Parts: sequence; C-alpha cells; structure tokens
Amino acid sequence: MMTTATTIESGERPTGSTPQRRTERHVPAGVLGALGLLTLVVVLELVPRVGLVDERFLPPFSSMVSALAQEAGTSTFWAALGATLTGWAIGLTIALVAGVVLGIVIGSIPVVRAATSSTIEFLRPIPSVALIPLAVLLWGTDMKSTLVLVIYATFWQVLLQVLYGVRDVDPVARETARSYRFSPLTTVRTVTWPTALPYVMTGFRLGAAVALILEITGELVIGTPGLGKEIGVAQSSGAVPQMYALVIVTGLIGVVVNLIARWGERRALRWHPSIRAEVG
Amino acid sequence: MAHTLRRVVLAVGLPIVLVAVWWFATASSTSFFWPPLRDILGTFVETWWPDRLVGDVLPSLMRLLAGFAIAFVLGVSLGVAIGKSRALRAFLEPVLEFFRAIPPPVLVPILILFFGIFNTMKIVVIITGCIWPILLNTVEGVRGLDEVLSDTSRIYRLSRRARLWHHILPGASPQIFAGARQSLSVGIILMVISEMFAASNGIGFTIIQFQRTFAIPQMFSGIIVLGLLGVALALIFRLVEARILRWYLGLRAAQRGE
Repeated sequence: MMTTATTIESGERPTGSTPQRRTERHVPAGVLGALGLLTLVVVLELVPRVGLVDERFLPPFSSMVSALAQEAGTSTFWAALGATLTGWAIGLTIALVAGVVLGIVIGSIPVVRAATSSTIEFLRPIPSVALIPLAVLLWGTDMKSTLVLVIYATFWQVLLQVLYGVRDVDPVARETARSYRFSPLTTVRTVTWPTALPYVMTGFRLGAAVALILEITGELVIGTPGLGKEIGVAQSSGAVPQMYALVIVTGLIGVVVNLIARWGERRALRWHPSIRAEVG
Repeated sequence: MAHTLRRVVLAVGLPIVLVAVWWFATASSTSFFWPPLRDILGTFVETWWPDRLVGDVLPSLMRLLAGFAIAFVLGVSLGVAIGKSRALRAFLEPVLEFFRAIPPPVLVPILILFFGIFNTMKIVVIITGCIWPILLNTVEGVRGLDEVLSDTSRIYRLSRRARLWHHILPGASPQIFAGARQSLSVGIILMVISEMFAASNGIGFTIIQFQRTFAIPQMFSGIIVLGLLGVALALIFRLVEARILRWYLGLRAAQRGE
C-alpha cells in the first residue's frame, strides 16, 4: 500500500486515503512487487561486479549481506539498535503526549488559539537541526541531545494535526454538550476526542516517521549512541560494506515503523466510517 | 476598528511576550551557555552582514534551490509515469517504500564516497531527500484523477502532450504541492546536515564552526538566521502555492460554503 504522508492544509480527511484497488488481471501485484525487489538486488550485485561502479564505492549486494550477518553477531550492533529504538520511542511518546494535551487545550479555547497561532506558524518551520549546536553545547554526546531534536520535530507534526482535529468538531455537538452542562473534561472525552482521534492517528503516523529520521540523524551528526553513530564509525574507518549494511537496516526499521503506524491507525479507528467503509 | 485592533493584539501579543521573557530572563545572565539576548542581537549584524551573507547564506541557498528544483522535475516526471501504469506501480512499490523509509541523512556518508565533499555531493544529498515526498504524492495525485475527465480527454483525442498539460498535471497539482511542501523542509534539513559534515562554507558549516570555537552569541545568531530562513522559505512557498493553486483553493472554499 502506498499511502502518502500528505498533510494538505486545513484538513483533508486524514484517514482512508487509499482509493479502492482493482485487482490486477494478469499478474498479481504482490508478484510484481517481489520481482521489483529482486531486480534491485540483482542490479546491486551486478553493477559493481561488471565494473560499472567502483567496488570500493558500491560493494556487491552479497558482501553487504555478509557484512550484515557479521554485524548481527556483535553485541555492539544490538546495543546500537536498542539505543536507536529506545530514543525513538521515548521521543515519540513525549511529543505525542505534549502535542495531544496542548493541542486539545489550545484548540478548545478560541482566545488561546487566536493568541498562539502566529507563534506556532513562526516556530514550526524552524528546522530542527538548527538546535544541534545548542544541544551539543549543553549535553555533548549524551542521549538527551538527540532526544531534544526528536521531540522538537515530532511535536509540531502532532500538534498541527490535533489542532485540525479539534477544529473539525461539529458545532452542534459542541453546543449540545454546553447546553447539557457537560464538564470540560466530559466534553473533551465524549465530543472532542472522538472527532480528533483520526487526526491524532495521522499525527502519530507522520510523527513516528519523522522521529525515526531525527533520531538517526542526531546519532550520525552528534555522535549519540545508536545506529547512526555506527554508520559514522563505519564511514570513518572505511568499512564500506558495513556502512551499506547499516543503511539497509535503517531503511528496514523505517519500513517496519511505517507498517506498525498504519496498523495502529486502522486498529484505533476500527469504528470510524472511513475505515469501516473500506472493509465492508 | 476594535475588531482589527483585537486581531493585531492577538497576533503579535504572544511573540512580543516571549521575546521579552527571553530578553529579561537573560539580561543579567552570566551563564556561558545563555548569553543575554542583547549580546546576541548586538553581534548579529556584524556577524552576518555582508561577508557571511554572501559567502555562506547565499551558497547554501543556491544548493538548496538547485537540489529542490531537480528533485521537483524528476519527482513529477517519474511520478506521472509511475502513476499512469498500474503494472509499473506494482513493480516499483516495495522498492520505493524501502528507499522512502531510509532516513535521508544516512545517505550523506555514501554520497561522499561517490561525489566527494563539494557542491555536487550536497546537491545530490538534497535531491535524494526531496524527491520521495514529491514522487509519491505525484503518483497518488495521478492515480486519483477524475476518471470522467480522463475518458473525456481520451474521447476527444487530445494529444498526449495536451492531456499532460491540461488534465494530468493540473489534476494532480494539489497533491504535488502537498508533497513539495514536505520536500522543502526536508531539503532545508539536508542542506544544513550536509554542510555540518564537510564543507568550507554554508550556514551549517558556520554555525558548527561557532559552536566549536565557543563563540556562543554568534552561534545563537546563526540559529536565528536559520530559523528566519525556514520561516521565509515557508512563506514564499505558500505565496507560490496560493498563486498556482488559485483555482483549487477557490473551489474548495466554495464547496465549504465560504
């Protein structure tokens, strides 16, 4: 499934973006996809073998695989993988909680919303990597340096989606809740939250990918523990196949993260019409 | 009148408060890491004007523009081709999913092998990062084209070129722009990262240089420049988008009954 991470401004419905798929008449899509992957592997193997590209720059696929197998036997690799996933999970969680709570508070109170919108518009496009020098200065190569980048970048993704979601609440439902004198907490739980949930899940999906990118970037550039740092080490020691192997691993993690995020999105929104329509 | 005043106050109120807090909280700061905002702004002009603006900011921007433009052209043309053919799409989908999932900055060490550390490497880094959102969104946009229009343009025997210019590209353009907006922020990140790795000029290079020599107020001024740059580029992008997608934004506003 090729779902794109589009965030068209001010609220294209974020879920159910997959149009109906027609089944392939001759060759099933899965077979074609597998063929595509196979082609990539063959090209990666042959191009250096026949000398189109220098082997020192692009080793054949088989040597990447054996380098990967070698890596997988070391405890350094698993420690690095663990550090990357831990940093990613912590950063994503903090950003999610902060984004959802602040998003609901800001979005629900019109004055606050109006007062903060210019500030949000200004802070959001500031590239997270601008914080790298400051983080290095304050924490050096401690995990915190990367964590700050991850949280900063992910937070905006989540916050914006939650704000769109809260804006989408049906005015009649909101007025009804007020007429019945729902407490603010009950209103959030029964009116705001169900409306905003699809947007929250979109924020989660986008945020999960961004958090991973920033986590690995931080490790690579700052040198905090993790796979990114190992890539840097492989590069500076000229271990080219290892470097490629680690890059492939980061790609695979990215694919898995995307799959999990989409699965989580569908699961949390099972009741939502956009998902039910697809299944039924 | 009171209404406009209220809006102005709401728009500028919080930013002023925040800057004021920063100004006064650090005013008598003797902490090495948090110099007074007064000092940062004091060094701002002499740090950046005019040598570094021409020598660092401009080269960075040129590389970003070159990379983004090439990624845009490549992404849209490949995206149209892939989006139109169902078989090609099925064939390439897993491969594209994989390449999209690789965090773009990890390609920097690989691209250094191929292209060295000069402009070419940096532009290629920006292309490899920017191309995916544009490509994938173009594919989705082309896929989601109105079928009635597709059939109509075929029945009227519009030439391929006419179909491309009058139906496919305009029809997919809202999606293409959504992708391009994402690409732009990825591009800015990669512009900075590639310069932090290896460079002799550029904003990223300069800021890291300041940090390593512990020129803290200058470093903060660099962070501010980078922030302003991000904001300015986002603003320019939105203006361009509003102009090119005028028809679409108007249509949507009409549909919402505004």
